[in-house]
Amino acid sequence: MPQYLLNLIQPVGEVPPPEQLDPIVRDVTAVSEEMRAAGVWVFAAGLHQPEASTVVRPRGDDVLVTDGPYAEGKEFVGGFTLIRVDDLDAALDWGRRLARASTLPVEVRPVADAAL
Amino acid sequence: MAAGATADVERVFREQYGRAVAVLVRVLGDVDTAEEAVQEAFLTAVRRWPVDGVPPSPVGWIVTTARNRAVDRWRRESTRDARHAEAARLHAALQPVDPVPEDDPAVPDDRLRLIFTCCHPALALPAQVALTLRLLGGLTTAEIAHAFLVPEATMAQRLVRAKAKIRDARIPYRVPAEADLPERLRAVLAVVYLVFTEGHTASSGDRPVRDDLAHEAIRLGRLLAGLVPAEPEVTGLLALMLLTEARRPARVGPDGDLVPLAEQDRSRWDRALVAEGQELVRRCLRRGRPGPYQVQAAISAVHADAATAAGTDWQQILVLYDQLLALAPSPVVAVNRAVAVAEVLGPAAGLAALDGVDLPRHSLLPAVRADLLRRLGRATEAAAAYEAAAALSGNATERAFLLRRQAEALSPSGAAGA
Repeated sequence: MPQYLLNLIQPVGEVPPPEQLDPIVRDVTAVSEEMRAAGVWVFAAGLHQPEASTVVRPRGDDVLVTDGPYAEGKEFVGGFTLIRVDDLDAALDWGRRLARASTLPVEVRPVADAAL
Repeated sequence: MAAGATADVERVFREQYGRAVAVLVRVLGDVDTAEEAVQEAFLTAVRRWPVDGVPPSPVGWIVTTARNRAVDRWRRESTRDARHAEAARLHAALQPVDPVPEDDPAVPDDRLRLIFTCCHPALALPAQVALTLRLLGGLTTAEIAHAFLVPEATMAQRLVRAKAKIRDARIPYRVPAEADLPERLRAVLAVVYLVFTEGHTASSGDRPVRDDLAHEAIRLGRLLAGLVPAEPEVTGLLALMLLTEARRPARVGPDGDLVPLAEQDRSRWDRALVAEGQELVRRCLRRGRPGPYQVQAAISAVHADAATAAGTDWQQILVLYDQLLALAPSPVVAVNRAVAVAEVLGPAAGLAALDGVDLPRHSLLPAVRADLLRRLGRATEAAAAYEAAAALSGNATERAFLLRRQAEALSPSGAAGA
């Protein structure tokens, strides 16, 4: 069955205060629970801020390690969920729920080759 | 005899290409494969029909031939490296194809699935338009590119990418569920209307290709009205297109100039299209579920009722624009409503109704403002507004009209001239 990666697109900047963030986390967790109950949930993770990342890239015979992020931007992928559903409409349906719960844009990307 | 058969192939291509592709997408599970197979089948028809005669069910023949071609190709290509997926597809494709009835409303039409796939919101609007014209209309990539003034290579790439996205992201091939239907149908209607307005108002480009686009949009509108008879907005869109198309013979003067509605020779309107459009307006409004297309069609119907421009029931049109502004508020609707206000309450009231309307980079607002200023005798301001409108117009005919009006406003004799 096809898989889709739902990327949570987060703005760079201050993390909202707990009184704002807590209900969002609760709603996102609820959607995650629904995904598990529906049997579509494969994997999910929240990510640290982009400044925490390190880039490793091939340079000739060497591999160069530099401070990240790979691409500077106003937004970054703050977390993701991998789901397994029938088609894009089903993926978009979960994407909508996740966007509503997180109050963030969600990028829905089809997985080309799932080694699972 | 042979020429007759060739003409038959052309006619069947025009009328049934979309239908054949739609069936084949369902049977073969892939848009590209379906398209190639149908094109090959038509090439075979060009060779065979003049010799063998036109088959009793031409579209059935095309579908069966296309299916067999695709299956042959899969067999050839999968012999060395037969994969399970290929085998499964082959098996599915070899199931008997449902007979394709010429026109049986009881059988769900694959074209409806296809149009919902082509107009899926996951595709960008230009891709939706291109796919719809390509797959359902059978227009060539070159024709679509020409119509939208895009290099053929760009249009080809747009179509390739759209088809790749349908395949890779697995955009489903089905009519949406009841709950999603109104929203998805709105997207389909928007694509059809965009094809029509591109053909009718001709923001740019030449006429013959444009006429084809308008005709293609009306054909798609008729198809949808037949497939989704329960949705009054579908009927409303068809009525709107027919009533607009009816005015085409009077829209452009003998020298190619654009003739505004008020100055059109109404005897040149296509009465058959007007009658059909008006009947459709009555039919959909009776259902009591008005929508933007129905109300716009109703406005066109009121115009069509008037034997002369002076006989127009502007009071009724203003009521309809108020309704339209409530249903689908937009600056363009607000400007058109101001035109109706000017007719009912005078140009000063019309000008006041334009206050606060923000419609940048569009010739409509300055053109309407210019006309109202002219009628108020404010010639200098009118000329400036005509000039601004002409600068924003992408259409040579419209620009010529606006510049002519500008010159008239500045000439000492006022509104004299062509």
